[in-house]
Amino acid sequence: MLSRESSTTLMSAVTAFLYREARLQDEHQYEAWEKLWTDDGVYWVPANGADIDPERQMSIIYDNRSRIALRVRQLMTGKHFTQTPQSNLRRLISNIELMDEQPDNGDIAVASNSLIFESSLRDDTLWAARNEYRLRHVDGELRIAHKKVILVNNDKAIYTLSFLV
Amino acid sequence: MNMMTGVSPWERLIRPDRVHGSLYTDPEIFEAELKNIWYRTWVYVGHESEVPNANDYVVKSIGPQSVIMTRDEQGKVNLLLNRCSHRGNQVCSFERGNARSFTCPFHSWTFANDGRLVGYAFPDGYEGQDKAQLALGRVTRVESYRGFVFGSFAADGPTLKEHLGGAAETIDRLVRTSPEGEVEITAGFLKHRVKANWKFILENECDGYHPAFVHTSIFGVADSMIGKLYGGASTALTRDYGNGHTEIDLRPEFRKRDAPMSWFGTSEERLPDYTARMKAAYGDTAAREIMIDGTPHVMIFPNLFIAEIQMFVIQPLGVDDSVQHVTALQFKGAPDLNRRLRQQTMGSVGPAGFLLADDSEMYERCHRGVLARNPEWIFLGRGEKRQRQDELGFTVGHVTDEVPSRGIWTHYRKLMEPA
Repeated sequence: MLSRESSTTLMSAVTAFLYREARLQDEHQYEAWEKLWTDDGVYWVPANGADIDPERQMSIIYDNRSRIALRVRQLMTGKHFTQTPQSNLRRLISNIELMDEQPDNGDIAVASNSLIFESSLRDDTLWAARNEYRLRHVDGELRIAHKKVILVNNDKAIYTLSFLV
Repeated sequence: MNMMTGVSPWERLIRPDRVHGSLYTDPEIFEAELKNIWYRTWVYVGHESEVPNANDYVVKSIGPQSVIMTRDEQGKVNLLLNRCSHRGNQVCSFERGNARSFTCPFHSWTFANDGRLVGYAFPDGYEGQDKAQLALGRVTRVESYRGFVFGSFAADGPTLKEHLGGAAETIDRLVRTSPEGEVEITAGFLKHRVKANWKFILENECDGYHPAFVHTSIFGVADSMIGKLYGGASTALTRDYGNGHTEIDLRPEFRKRDAPMSWFGTSEERLPDYTARMKAAYGDTAAREIMIDGTPHVMIFPNLFIAEIQMFVIQPLGVDDSVQHVTALQFKGAPDLNRRLRQQTMGSVGPAGFLLADDSEMYERCHRGVLARNPEWIFLGRGEKRQRQDELGFTVGHVTDEVPSRGIWTHYRKLMEPA
């Protein structure tokens, strides 16, 4: 458990970090977003619930660090047609919590909720998710070591999800 | 038939080298398709490996209808309609499970997992009623081919084997990729919804003309060898098997490479366990041939698409509302291969897939595009002059030619025209 004082300081740093991530995602600043990740980062958007085994079952996204880089490089080509033109996005991040159970390796377990409004060529789409992070201090900066995005409707048929969620 | 002209409406809408845009957007045509295609011909529903044990069930679909695929206590696979025979309530609300019976929550009618009505609440009100008359509805005919379970609502008509025709051989080829000769569907499905007519999906599956353009963003950054397969100089083929089944046959290119597992961008050295099991199962020569040829790229009309490493099931929900259910193919006795198949599939397909996000964007743009009324037609004439018959008599063309679309529409017209 963190002391109350250190947890307040950490909470404000984490909150600022998550808001920054959200803004970079909304504004399609792909390279800046990629720099938020640790070298061993894992980006996971499960399908069919929150607790599937991603090594055995299909996920919507289950990217290791090199696949995160590939995802960003594809977006950067300008020919990833599903994001050409780019979706207009704004998301609200809320319910940010430092979790009671913290990892032993010094990573910081954080969770938040997100509500994302996407306007694309197809239509307007509302997305909602629980986001679970493991953040890590690297050279004095917070970085994402693990991000799990549990879409509320991940058991249903969903439209193309080609922006950074 | 139009009494004035003697020309059927389908003949006007479907020409040898073009089809009318309204075929994708007219709600009345969609309703006619449900009746004449989805609720009549053989439609792929599920795979036997999804219900491995007695009393297992999984909820599937035929078009908008919910279908419960069960394995009953005798081991038989049933396709039951998810509709209480009393007042129509859905009797099953979970996607999968293990249950001997389904109890309707409305008035507690209970059905065995082979569809029989086994009991209703307060039975004294049903004096003299024959329970056998009140079973769950079922898909009229159920047949399976190498574990792939199909259903047809028509009491009569071609057998599944007759329907599959020449395309059955592609499924034979597929299962040989397993050292035990069996596909397993065990990795769960991604469900990708598109606001587009189902036939844009159907026709794109064996369209070898688009990858070089639609997928240029990922081919450019991923060192993919796929791009070359669909280039102007490719020796790969498009094939029309008849009955609406179409294929992109990539074997000519893989045979030129002459390297086992090159079809999957890997090698025997990287899959030592799989290679050893294949050689033990088939012998060195046949195993080598199978591992060079790879798995098929085949669209079984109207809804089962086997795309080398994954399987898609197309579900139409409305004239402009469709779902692609997709999962990694898994081969019995091939754990090291299966792991890679899952990884590759997750990267490529589904709502956030490197490939399918762009394909689906095209489906949706096409659907909006054809709402424009001029030109009225979709032109499908590519390669019409250079198509030929292969040694088995099936029409083949260059990998980028529109042989598959023409084959699909020829069959579609037969199904839609009144007998």
